[in-house]
Amino acid sequence: MRALRLSWLFFRIGALNDLQYRANFWLQLLQSAIQLGTGLAVLGLVFSQTPALNGWTQPQLLAVMGVHILMGGVIGSLIQPSMERLRQDIRVGTFDFVLTKPEDVQVLSSVREIRIWQAVDVLVGGIVLAVAIGQVGASLGPLEAAAFAVALVIGGLMIYSFWLVVTTVAFWIVRIDEIAELFQGLYQSGRWPVTIYPEWLRVSLTFLVPIAFAVTVPAQAITNRLTPDVFALALGFAVVVLVVSRAFFRFGLRHYSGASA
Amino acid sequence: MSAAPPRLVSPLRGLFDVYVTEAKVAIAQQIQYRAANYMYMLGMIAEPVIYLVVWQTVAEQQGGSVAGITAGQFAAYYIVWTLVRNINIVFTPYGWEERIREGQLSAQLLRPLFPIVEDLGFFLGWKPVVVLLWLPIALFLSLVFHPVLNPTPLAIAVFAVSLLGAYLIRSLNQSSLGLITFWTTRVGPIFQLYIAAELLLSGRLVPMALMPDWVQALANVLPFQWTFGFPIEALVGNLTTEQLLRGLAMQALWIAIGSVLVRVVWHFAVRRYSAVAG
Repeated sequence: MRALRLSWLFFRIGALNDLQYRANFWLQLLQSAIQLGTGLAVLGLVFSQTPALNGWTQPQLLAVMGVHILMGGVIGSLIQPSMERLRQDIRVGTFDFVLTKPEDVQVLSSVREIRIWQAVDVLVGGIVLAVAIGQVGASLGPLEAAAFAVALVIGGLMIYSFWLVVTTVAFWIVRIDEIAELFQGLYQSGRWPVTIYPEWLRVSLTFLVPIAFAVTVPAQAITNRLTPDVFALALGFAVVVLVVSRAFFRFGLRHYSGASA
Repeated sequence: MSAAPPRLVSPLRGLFDVYVTEAKVAIAQQIQYRAANYMYMLGMIAEPVIYLVVWQTVAEQQGGSVAGITAGQFAAYYIVWTLVRNINIVFTPYGWEERIREGQLSAQLLRPLFPIVEDLGFFLGWKPVVVLLWLPIALFLSLVFHPVLNPTPLAIAVFAVSLLGAYLIRSLNQSSLGLITFWTTRVGPIFQLYIAAELLLSGRLVPMALMPDWVQALANVLPFQWTFGFPIEALVGNLTTEQLLRGLAMQALWIAIGSVLVRVVWHFAVRRYSAVAG
């Protein structure tokens, strides 16, 4: 409960801060439009050559793209900013200030920064998804909608855990600025259902970098392709990575030696 | 006890020394940050692997090839892509943005050296490290995706030269773009438009043969495809001797245009500079 109140407080501060810079909304919108345009162009190119990609039709892949953009917005606005700040703080030593606060270090480190305009992608992704669902034409009952919502939340939690683990590496290797580039690159693979990738890559994108759970599984849920066992696996794996990432963070914390004092 | 007068060398020799020194600094620095370099490279390699998997899948579904390109040729295209992309890493407009906003440029302006020369030298010097780190990745990708290519000695030679050409064209264009920050402070949106154009018009996204005719026609009058499509196809595309030489000539043309452009933009841009800090 306390963690939720703390998150809400930081969210409000962050939102107020970002709302000062309204031009950024338009810049973000332009960026999202460019991204959407190139995404649609690729989809068009692929489907000008083939009627279906590995059993996925064009509207279904559009749904994947919608979820991908939406989740990208969640990551960019809520997850990545705090993790980048954490990495920066560990490097320059200002992490001291987090440690002196009477709060759970992991919670505090995970909610301190938001970038509200990045959430434009949540909106854009939602619209793409809505269009895709209209094209798929499958009946969308409350069960599918609920499964989709749950899959989205646990997917987001898994991506958060992944970010926490790689950021924790900063306790040992000081310069990991390129983590963001690495993640952005890998995240692009989620634009396509992971089932099209060769097995070694599919397994990596499922259990090493949980992009399959964050994008493909929610997209399966909303296009009626999700089986109960995959859903159960997602839930179970989410619990595992949350516990493991927390343990790893606390382990890393013991290696923090400060840099400023 | 008067100080010895500065030793003068010919301007060309001086410039050469600058390049060598920048290269040494770059190598030393980048070897130190191996882990960071590798993360950056792995993130970058995801992009072509995704394209490759998608197009190999399409090719297999269409009975082996798309627009005459087989699965093995796609593999060759996108694996060579990874080298070309690495060679194509240059100082970005974001770097210029920071340099100007933070006032770091003030110190650079004091030196008797065109700042773009420094960037050219530094990023060129970085390349040996990049290629060294790239080799195991290329080996791995080759084992997994089975590329098919049979270049002639001439094609290999042209490929090697075209890498430098691609590097110079991209450096010069992005420098000109970066100089826009003298006016706008923020270059992000313009740079993103540039990158989107590059994706679609350079052969970075897909081999140009897969693009509609009008896109190919548009690409022919723009510099982008000489930085991606041409070097890659020089090695894997079985181009004729005439096509190979024409490509190099086009690269030379765009290097000339880029050099003039960056000088002209610089001429006007630097007058706008007012130091913020530093």
